Amino acid sequence: MMLHFPVLLVVVPLVMSFFIFVFGLFQRRICFPLTLVTLAACLLFAGGSFWTVLSTGQPVHYHLGAWAPPWGIEYVVDHLNGLVLVGLAIVALLAAIYAKTMVEREIPVAKHAPFYALYMLQATGLFGMTVTGDMFNLYVLLEIASFSAYALIGMGEGAAPFAAFRYMIFGTLGACAYLLGVGYLYIITGSLNMADLQQILTPLYQSQVVSVGFAFLLVGTGVKMAYFPVHTWLPDSYTLAPSSVSVLLAPLFTKVGAYVLIRILFTVFDPSFSTTLLPATQVLGWIAVAGILFSSIMALAQTDLKRMLCYLIVTEIGYIGIGVASGNRLGLTGSIFHILNDMFMMAGLFMTAGAIQAHFRTRKTDEFAGLHRKMPVTSAVLVIAGLSVIGVPPTCGFFSKWYLLLGTIQAEQWVFMGTLLLGSLLNAILFFRIFERSYFEPRPDPPHLGREPGTRFERAAMSELVPMILTAAFIILLGLFSGYIVQYSIAYAVPKGF
Amino acid sequence: MVKDLEDVVIRTVSRILVPFIQIYGLYVFVHGHGSPGGGFQGGCIMAASFILLVVAFNLRESKRRLKERTNAIFCALGVFIYAGTGYLSFLYSGNFLDYGQLSNLFPTDPIKARYYGMAMIELGVQITVMAVMVSIFLDLITAGKHEETLEEDGK
Amino acid sequence: MTDLILSNYNYWVYVVLIMIGFYGMMAKNNLMKKLIGMNIFQWSIILFYISIGAKKGGTIPVVDPSLHPAIRALDYVNPLPHVLMLTAIVVGVATTGIALTLLILIYRKYGTLEEDEILEALKK
Repeated sequence: MMLHFPVLLVVVPLVMSFFIFVFGLFQRRICFPLTLVTLAACLLFAGGSFWTVLSTGQPVHYHLGAWAPPWGIEYVVDHLNGLVLVGLAIVALLAAIYAKTMVEREIPVAKHAPFYALYMLQATGLFGMTVTGDMFNLYVLLEIASFSAYALIGMGEGAAPFAAFRYMIFGTLGACAYLLGVGYLYIITGSLNMADLQQILTPLYQSQVVSVGFAFLLVGTGVKMAYFPVHTWLPDSYTLAPSSVSVLLAPLFTKVGAYVLIRILFTVFDPSFSTTLLPATQVLGWIAVAGILFSSIMALAQTDLKRMLCYLIVTEIGYIGIGVASGNRLGLTGSIFHILNDMFMMAGLFMTAGAIQAHFRTRKTDEFAGLHRKMPVTSAVLVIAGLSVIGVPPTCGFFSKWYLLLGTIQAEQWVFMGTLLLGSLLNAILFFRIFERSYFEPRPDPPHLGREPGTRFERAAMSELVPMILTAAFIILLGLFSGYIVQYSIAYAVPKGF
Repeated sequence: MVKDLEDVVIRTVSRILVPFIQIYGLYVFVHGHGSPGGGFQGGCIMAASFILLVVAFNLRESKRRLKERTNAIFCALGVFIYAGTGYLSFLYSGNFLDYGQLSNLFPTDPIKARYYGMAMIELGVQITVMAVMVSIFLDLITAGKHEETLEEDGK
Repeated sequence: MTDLILSNYNYWVYVVLIMIGFYGMMAKNNLMKKLIGMNIFQWSIILFYISIGAKKGGTIPVVDPSLHPAIRALDYVNPLPHVLMLTAIVVGVATTGIALTLLILIYRKYGTLEEDEILEALKK
């Protein structure tokens, strides 16, 4: 059964999604336990596959339908994949535990069964995008994840359906651009398998068709990962989404997009093609500089905590872009490690934002006075996650930023290095403003809590606090063990061309 | 008066046509191997037969023929058939969706077993596509409010 | 010049359709028209894929059992783009379904499907 883990990672959530849909119509209470059990099983599958890869040192190949590639679809787990998969599985499980009380608070009762079904479909899409080794299969799973995201975001209130519609228009543009890229590559090579494409494309790099296909692929992936100019779908949709949804989507969706970008740039195409033949990584780096500066300044201008965090996501993706643009081993190590770290950082931040909105009844940072006395654990998690975003040791954010900085210094790209430092400074201003207001301002009579006079302040439930504490623990643990992670896993994930 | 006559004509003709449309849908599905057709196409045609019922009669009558819970069960049943065919090959230590292993289960040789395996998953696809198309159509025409539309319809 | 247009006419058709769809998505004010533009965009890509699988004088890709050892790939249309596009058509149908549902929700809340009126209502 160990052999089948790569495919079980995709098929089990898919089948359980429909299971939850049908049985949730009859008995609503089994939706949540089934979700937890399935995501725990997915963690087992991801961990098992990664363990196999680590212990044998070779990637795990799985041929669907026993057809050998390039005739059949292949699922591959290697060092890069496995690390991202384990991070995905852990964060998805923590988000599902967190979602329990949030769902009861925000989603009408009749829609619980479809909600959890969509949750599992989203998990299917995310896991599948990471584990597949076939370009068209990636498009199919990308669309599964995107549709679930549109539908989940549309369940919010206020202008959420409008934001979801705009996200859908933009997201379909991106996915169709990706499909066009795959089509151009298929015309000239006749293959859809990633490893096969790497072999066949090597003598064809002078062709115009390959360059245009590459450009389409990058645009499509950029839309999905919210890279700078095409990130505009992100702030509206993730802010207006329900808390349970934004905790699942915000940490994971864009990071899987970043993983796909690294795959396309360095596995499907040779690293020399992406860095020297076409100056693709240089262009990506300069765009990332603009993105980091723009979104950090926009984040400073926000008063709504969740909207500020959305702009922070764009900044973090910009950091990953700078690591890719450095074009050397250190920079790429920083990017891959940052993908893993950002999942946990954003999960922690969005969990705290959701808890503050639910219990403290506000999202405006102006009204955070006295937060630490009413919600001490939540404030502590906010502090740890914020320190990680700024880059303070021993949290994991410091180590990934360290590798990114070393990469830019080694590549002698001083503008990139300056942008990284400036970004950290702006993030520091951002977070210390919040820390000061929540910890050090004296607490006035809360006007917002008394909107219905006589309502008691209810503390955050255990099912919300435990994932938050675990996320904060993971942030610190990833920082403490960063040396081992880099040495045993990421060092093999970086392709040999560097 | 004329409207009643029109209603009678429409209702009688659609009552006659619906079984033929469904048989055509099954025909398109079964001949997916050798001519244009297959699971998705057959499922759409079968959904068209139910949509004809809803358009010709009112919503209440068609709901008696295909209830919403039955629709949801069909939707999941197709996926279970598909995934079940894939899982069957696990029993014989083949890979997922390896229909060749089905020859251990049915008395055919591995090549014919791949043929039958494809037909099985196409059946799953057809059932799901039919259920989903009908469900999308019902949601869109009632604008999500099934119960209130049923009340208005009954008048 | 005529050779450039006439021999690659499938690519020209797909480019014209993509641009029409793109224009619809960007420039139109009504959300329903944006949705139709998105549909045209997706369908043109499907057309592009299918057109690259066609071969002159090719027949449907079903092997006649009587001439089993002597088949040439040149005689048969490439079936792989057709199969890929079956999936893409399903994706397009699902996109349309979700988009129409979201449009119903938006209409119920704002009473209009014009984007500028909705943005005005949001600003208040």
